[in-house]
Amino acid sequence: MTVLSSSVPVLEARNVSKLFGRVLALKDVSLSVRAGEVNCLLGDNGAGKSTLIKMLSGVHRPDSGTLAMDGEPITLSSPHDAQKRGIATVFQDLAVLPLMSVSRNFFLGNEPTVGVGPLRRFDIATADRVAREQMHEIGIEVRETSQLVGTMSGGERQTLAIARAEYFGARVLILDEPTSALGVKQSAIVLRHILRARARGLAVIFITHNVQHALPVGDKFTILSHGRSAGEFKRGEVSLEQLLSLMGGGSELAELATELEQLRAAGASLDAG
Amino acid sequence: MTVDATPSEAQRIRRISPWRTFLTRPEFGSIIGAVFIFTLFWALTGFTVGKGFMSWQGFAAYIEVTAQVGILGATVSLLMIAGEFDLSVGSMVGAAGLILAMCVSTYGLPVWLGLLITFAFALAIGWINGYLVVRTGLPSFIVTLGTLYMLRGAGLALTRMATNGLTIVSGVNTSTAGDPLAWLFNGTIISIGGGDFKTELVWWIVVVLVSTWVLLRTRFGNWIFAVGGNKDASRSMGVPVSRVKILLFMATALSAAIFACIQVLSFGTADVLRGTGKEFEAIITAVIGGTLLTGGYGSALGSAFGAFVLGVTQLGIYFVPGFNSDWYAFVLGLLLLVAAMLNNWILRRASGARS
Ligand SMILES: Nc1ncnc2c1ncn2[C@@H]1O[C@H](COP(=O)(O)OP(=O)(O)O)[C@@H](O)[C@H]1O
Ligand SMILES: [Mg+2]
Repeated sequence: MTVLSSSVPVLEARNVSKLFGRVLALKDVSLSVRAGEVNCLLGDNGAGKSTLIKMLSGVHRPDSGTLAMDGEPITLSSPHDAQKRGIATVFQDLAVLPLMSVSRNFFLGNEPTVGVGPLRRFDIATADRVAREQMHEIGIEVRETSQLVGTMSGGERQTLAIARAEYFGARVLILDEPTSALGVKQSAIVLRHILRARARGLAVIFITHNVQHALPVGDKFTILSHGRSAGEFKRGEVSLEQLLSLMGGGSELAELATELEQLRAAGASLDAG
Repeated sequence: MTVDATPSEAQRIRRISPWRTFLTRPEFGSIIGAVFIFTLFWALTGFTVGKGFMSWQGFAAYIEVTAQVGILGATVSLLMIAGEFDLSVGSMVGAAGLILAMCVSTYGLPVWLGLLITFAFALAIGWINGYLVVRTGLPSFIVTLGTLYMLRGAGLALTRMATNGLTIVSGVNTSTAGDPLAWLFNGTIISIGGGDFKTELVWWIVVVLVSTWVLLRTRFGNWIFAVGGNKDASRSMGVPVSRVKILLFMATALSAAIFACIQVLSFGTADVLRGTGKEFEAIITAVIGGTLLTGGYGSALGSAFGAFVLGVTQLGIYFVPGFNSDWYAFVLGLLLLVAAMLNNWILRRASGARS
């Protein structure tokens, strides 16, 4: 994997704002991510995290400000446009279709075909084989590729969405709260995949409102609060307590003492893997 | 991160038996249902063979009904899997039939041109249905309920104007006799034991096979499932949601036109009110065939068994002593309820059976 220059961000938002009717969802927010870097986007519920990454994945257009890829300004006309440029997003809540099989989900929108003309058809054999291989590589054994995704656990579904994004040659991987519905162990699996994607040179934007998940994997932390930027920090520049108070959750620190123990455990199992 | 075991090894260990896979297929219930209904009516007619229910004539009679509703059921299933309804298919049958009859009988156009105009009309209305649904975001239930009444009303009014007050156009046979294209819709393929099997049987088989092939073996089919499962997720994965829906509305309208051509060219007359209620029979066919009312899951092949259940029930009732066709609607409603509950159960097994 060749990284042209790690000093130019692969993807960035420059001073973007977004209005929904009268609600100012975002004001003057900037964010950037480089190849081989994980930028954790932190903020409380309703802070505008999803709105920001929806602009970066072609769902919304910014009302003001610009987007840039490799330093060049771009306009994203649709999610498909963003995908073609190598921006793969695993959206919050709608990562996969539960009533469809693993391989049908894996190749949705990118189905391989064989044959020509009216006989051009979905190459199910290839789809099954590749989906199985990719899931195997990422640590999930698929019993039957016809198995419905609804039968998989939440962690496995997130993993499927991440594996799919990586397989289709993404340069930027955007994950919107992939761990919010998961337990500690399953979260650790997802965090491990984030580190793996980083090691392969992808630029990763990882959204969470859970600081314990962000700290072990983030190179950079971008904090949103009520639609505004509350700062950007490098790894090591900031502590858990500082991040929490910036996000507006400082008062709940007491309750965190116990959760911190879990964090250390999760961190240890990450290092082991 | 490398793992030593090859994927093919893992897959050999964890094979599920084909029988269990079959049990979780969406069409499983409809196959059981078809066998059950057939046996039930045979039993109710005293297990007689050679006359009545279990005769070539009886068989030909319910295959005719089966084939006709099955042509609608297959495309309606695809549309329902994509999460939409088309209530206008019934009045489309009436409207398309009128257009064909007026073309060849009232205006004396050649059959090929009449067919062309009929199919073009159906595709146009189907496109309008689809366009309105994707553009307005209104439920297709409402949009096609609107087109149902508009087609029927306009059909009645315009036919009366063109035929001096009648709503039935007759005399189609005299203009189509001996026409090879007409034979495609009303020809008899084979007669066995007094039962005539007609070309509609072939139309049905073709429509079901093409629908099944499209659904299970093409990219478009993958999109049909996805669009019905979650429209927004599909769009974010690059699926052309609007195009999928519009094309499916065109497919249901087209199948209604095929149905209309079969009826008009077989009876020699067209009636605006023909096809009334077929929209619901098509939906029931789809549901018995294992398609979810909420979209995202289902089978076009299953609709063939669903159509068979409908055909056998509708005709079978005549053969049962002491019953008459009044009971058809009752049994149909009952079947719908049972099928919907069975579908839920199968779906729970398919998406919950984790082992
Ligand atoms: N499509 C929309 N229409 C109107 N308001 C929206 C829309 N999407 C988000 N919002 C509003 O914008 C704000 C930020 O939402 P969101 O970006 O989803 O926050 P987060 O992902 O950080 O929890 C919220 O107040 C939300 O209600
Ligand atoms: Mg969000």
